[in-house]
Amino acid sequence: MKALSQKRRHPLAVIALLLMGLLVTGGLYAVATTVNEAKASTTSYSASDTAEGEKLFEANCATCHGMGASGTQDGPSLVGVGAAAVDFQVGTGRMPMQMNGPQAYKKPAQFNEEQTHQLSGYVASLGAGPAIPEEHLLDEKGDAAAGGELFRVNCAMCHNAAAAGGALTRGKFAPALADVSGKHIYEAMVTGPQNMPVFSDANVSPEGKRDIITFLKQIESNGSPGGADLGSLGPVAEGLFVWIAGLGVIIGFTIWLTSRTS
Amino acid sequence: MGNHSDGSPNHSGTVATAGQNEVEKFQDPGLPPHRLRLADTDPKAAKRAERQVAVLFGTSVVGTLIFLVAYFAIDLGEGAGIATIRLQNALLGLGTAFAMLGIGTGIVHWAKALMPDHEVSEERHAIRTEEDRQAAVRIVDDIVEETGIKRRPLIRNTLLGAVALAPLPAIAVFGDLGPRPDKKLAHTMWAPEEGKLKRLTRDPDGTPIKASDVTLGSAFHVIPEGLNELHEGKLNEKAKAVVLLMRLDPASLKPSAGREDWSYNGIVAYSKICTHVGCPVALYEQQTHHLLCPCHQSTFDLTQECKVIFGPASRPLPQLPIAVDNEGYLVATSDFKEPVGPSYWERDEHERSINS
Amino acid sequence: MSAASTAEAPAFVAKTKTGRITDFVDARVGGSGILREFGRKVFPDHWSFMFGEVALYSFVILLLSGTFLTFFFDPSMAETHYAGSYVPLKNVEMSVAYSSSLNISFDIRGGLFMRQVHHWAALLFVASIAVHMLRVFFTGAFRKPREMNWVVGSVLLILAMAAGFTGYSLPDDLLSGNGLRIIDGVIKSIPVVGTYISFFLFGGEFPGTAVIGRLYMLHILLVPALILLMIVLHLFMVVVHKHTQYPGPGRNDGNVVGYPLGPVYAAKAGGFFFIVFGVIALMAAFFTINPIWNYGPYDPSPVSAGTQPDWYIGFVDGALRLMPGVIGDFHFEYVVFGYTLTLNVLLPALVPAGILFTVMFMYPWIEAWVTKDTREHHVLDRPRNAPTRTAIGVAGFVWYCVMWAAAGSDLIATHFHVSLNDVTYWLRALFFIGPVIAFVVAKRVALALQRKDREIALHGRETGRIVRLPHGEFIEVHAPLDEYKRYKLVGFESPAPLPAVPNEHGIVTRKEKRRAFLSKWFFEDRVAPATPAELEAAHGHHGHPAVGSAEENKSLSH
Repeated sequence: MKALSQKRRHPLAVIALLLMGLLVTGGLYAVATTVNEAKASTTSYSASDTAEGEKLFEANCATCHGMGASGTQDGPSLVGVGAAAVDFQVGTGRMPMQMNGPQAYKKPAQFNEEQTHQLSGYVASLGAGPAIPEEHLLDEKGDAAAGGELFRVNCAMCHNAAAAGGALTRGKFAPALADVSGKHIYEAMVTGPQNMPVFSDANVSPEGKRDIITFLKQIESNGSPGGADLGSLGPVAEGLFVWIAGLGVIIGFTIWLTSRTS
Repeated sequence: MGNHSDGSPNHSGTVATAGQNEVEKFQDPGLPPHRLRLADTDPKAAKRAERQVAVLFGTSVVGTLIFLVAYFAIDLGEGAGIATIRLQNALLGLGTAFAMLGIGTGIVHWAKALMPDHEVSEERHAIRTEEDRQAAVRIVDDIVEETGIKRRPLIRNTLLGAVALAPLPAIAVFGDLGPRPDKKLAHTMWAPEEGKLKRLTRDPDGTPIKASDVTLGSAFHVIPEGLNELHEGKLNEKAKAVVLLMRLDPASLKPSAGREDWSYNGIVAYSKICTHVGCPVALYEQQTHHLLCPCHQSTFDLTQECKVIFGPASRPLPQLPIAVDNEGYLVATSDFKEPVGPSYWERDEHERSINS
Repeated sequence: MSAASTAEAPAFVAKTKTGRITDFVDARVGGSGILREFGRKVFPDHWSFMFGEVALYSFVILLLSGTFLTFFFDPSMAETHYAGSYVPLKNVEMSVAYSSSLNISFDIRGGLFMRQVHHWAALLFVASIAVHMLRVFFTGAFRKPREMNWVVGSVLLILAMAAGFTGYSLPDDLLSGNGLRIIDGVIKSIPVVGTYISFFLFGGEFPGTAVIGRLYMLHILLVPALILLMIVLHLFMVVVHKHTQYPGPGRNDGNVVGYPLGPVYAAKAGGFFFIVFGVIALMAAFFTINPIWNYGPYDPSPVSAGTQPDWYIGFVDGALRLMPGVIGDFHFEYVVFGYTLTLNVLLPALVPAGILFTVMFMYPWIEAWVTKDTREHHVLDRPRNAPTRTAIGVAGFVWYCVMWAAAGSDLIATHFHVSLNDVTYWLRALFFIGPVIAFVVAKRVALALQRKDREIALHGRETGRIVRLPHGEFIEVHAPLDEYKRYKLVGFESPAPLPAVPNEHGIVTRKEKRRAFLSKWFFEDRVAPATPAELEAAHGHHGHPAVGSAEENKSLSH
């Protein structure tokens, strides 16, 4: 007992304790983040310089997706996924993937517009699939209210009613949709990237998709009429705010109120 | 662990010896001497505090003006955008905050800096005096005695009985708050009407779905044909009948006995109402074939007939038997074979009556 | 009042105008007795005593803003098509209740502000009640004679949650509709009568067309009336008992030290109302709460990711999330005598809340029984001076927080980039071990703080000034405390465990044995306050008073 209590007083004890604490939290975090499953899927359809695209593909994508995009253990076949899929995955920087994980993250695009175009063309030439949407579907001039209804029925359960994103199983998630271009939203709907279901034109018509994009862009540009939106995360964020900021400020006032003036 | 935990005074100076008496305790030195504030001694400081209070009250007046200007000068009429509403809300709030905080901080500052700050001590008095207590007990005893309730058990018992029963009407009178449940929870709109099978239609517009529309990896949110035309109880029916329609590789489905013909070419339909507490289980992961409920994270595996693989639900989602009619549209061949949604006391009884 | 006394009234003539007004009112309603009693009543001053007032003032603000909202809100569930000015919902089918809530937000000037004031005030109301109760618990203010007031306060907490919940559902938006659906699912899990209660509440099947109107009546009439009644009882008892005070020089169980109600305390308390109002107004001005326009009208088919209740119901929702429905092959739902018993819903919905509230209501009597303490207490315990109670409180709080965190498990997963499933597994483990760890840690921390107090009382405060003695030893100079500061550190009781005593028949009952066991558990770890003799010894021991030596430190670290 005595020996232990003396050791506890040792100057190095604090450092040892800190190290232990760091190791434990780090370890816990590492365990907590080890999550299962990965993979991402893609699509096809497009035009001209497929040859350039093929070169780019072989240099950058074939490691996982295989020669001729026929797929390997590490990546699915891209035959028939269409140009829309390539434009979405490469255009949002999800592909090429940084590392295998539960899900490909959005990051700065690795290829410029022309290269993305060439890659799309190459993959589209391998088999028919959803094409890149036409301009008039992305003009954000649809019916926002109808789009809102479609969004709530088909999208809100994963992406949240205010498009703030949400959690899926085992480390996957549905991303927030603010700052995503209308084109990419459209392409995601028709191709169903990663674990997102496909919303084909038979399910949600092209006009419906246009309405959804209109709705999303409108609520994004509107902002919240009530002030800062606290991430649009709902009651959890509101509760945290009232406990930390609300009560915090009030406690500050109570301390001032009961302190003596000099 | 300290040795003090055994309570033995021999080991540690930190433990009181038994029978510690008053002499061994520190005596209460009484209230500390009063310290004067700046404003008590320096008339200039007092004057300054007075001005500060006045400024705070003045801020309140400014706040009230901000509120009034924001209320009357900002027009919410036609063409006013969200930004206008946000501006008005912020200014109304800011005005109120100034108006209130100005008064509040002003009064408090006044009290703190200028009103006497001598702490005073007041005696506590016993909540009741001993005399009162005895008198009260005597009075209660006398009252009870004079009623004779102890000597007349018949009166006491019948009174107790009457009082116990009297509130019953007050409970019974709420009997018309709602109808009896009967078997309403056991049936949904999917049951064929007059031999006509109900088509699966899109939520929310109600257009029918062809089997060929449902491509691999897609998910359709489905309501029964005719739901949108209902005038009464539309939401009640929708609350039970909503279905999620998905297409998988037929090879990945391993239907159990009796369910072989419930799907069509890998297209399956499952109730969207969670068997836990009834949230819509609408999150479909098309690669893992998992359905996730966003409310409490129950996870169902589509390839195992929606068996629960995670979370608080205990029962698989009910499957809707589907087929294709001669025009190629998807139809429900019958109602669900079990009650949908969260479990309830009579659920098993209802399930048996559906299947008998 | 007799004619004679009225005739005698003018004998005293007030000299000032305010005095004359006071006299005028007094002659008609007889308030002088009340004024004499209250005018100079003493209230102790401490920041932690203000949370009850925050709750009271939030309630007043709720009444004011709520009244405004009732003028425009229509609780009908009839169908309508939105015709207001919010474009993304134009012409959408919805209930009149939702449509009128949108109108309040977008088409009535100041309506949105009032809605946000009302909702923020509601969150603050329950939060301040919770903090107030934590303060009362950790300082032992619930002890005799205040046990009944603790119960009234607990009832107020439940009523506040009821008021919040009934209000949360009123706008009939998608979020609150799914919340109601969860409640419906929980109600249906009640054995025997669950289905009937559900049908009676909703006037038939969920969602029906009755529930909003019914909740509205509860929200604006019954629940606030009960809250008001309880507040009156609560304040009445505060007046009867007089306020508690923190220990310190000049303060004991026989007095109350503080500022007189008039003018200082009244001014501070009155001014504080405006401050609370101002803070709520600031929140409502700049921070959105419950953006119903985002959620859309209630419809049983859609749902939004991140569907959660307001914070005070969160712990129940979290418990629902943590409960596994199936463990291995064991299903928590099974059929008994042909009826369905669904424990995977029933247990988490009722048991944790049941335990929390039962312990909360009973705690004053449990502690009094264990400690056999039947004295009146008006001086509070500093939390460190009641280590076991503090540890119990912290354990309960941590348990609550684990469930609370579980209600946001999906947000924890997305914001910290961890797996939703792993968050749930961890929280399930913490549900059981969290309170135990919290108990041990809190108790150790409390004891350590007590020892630190002791050391400071005996050896003075560390000054950070290092002095080299003639023989080469370095010491840190400790500044002695004045007697007032010292009394604050030593003026507390440290009761010892009470062994079991036989009853009048000479038998030690089993109950008494249990009590003695709990008493030992409650008091065995303790640090006694320093005594004058020890102080004397500490000073006399060394040549230089108020300087702690290594030896002394050792003896303290046992």
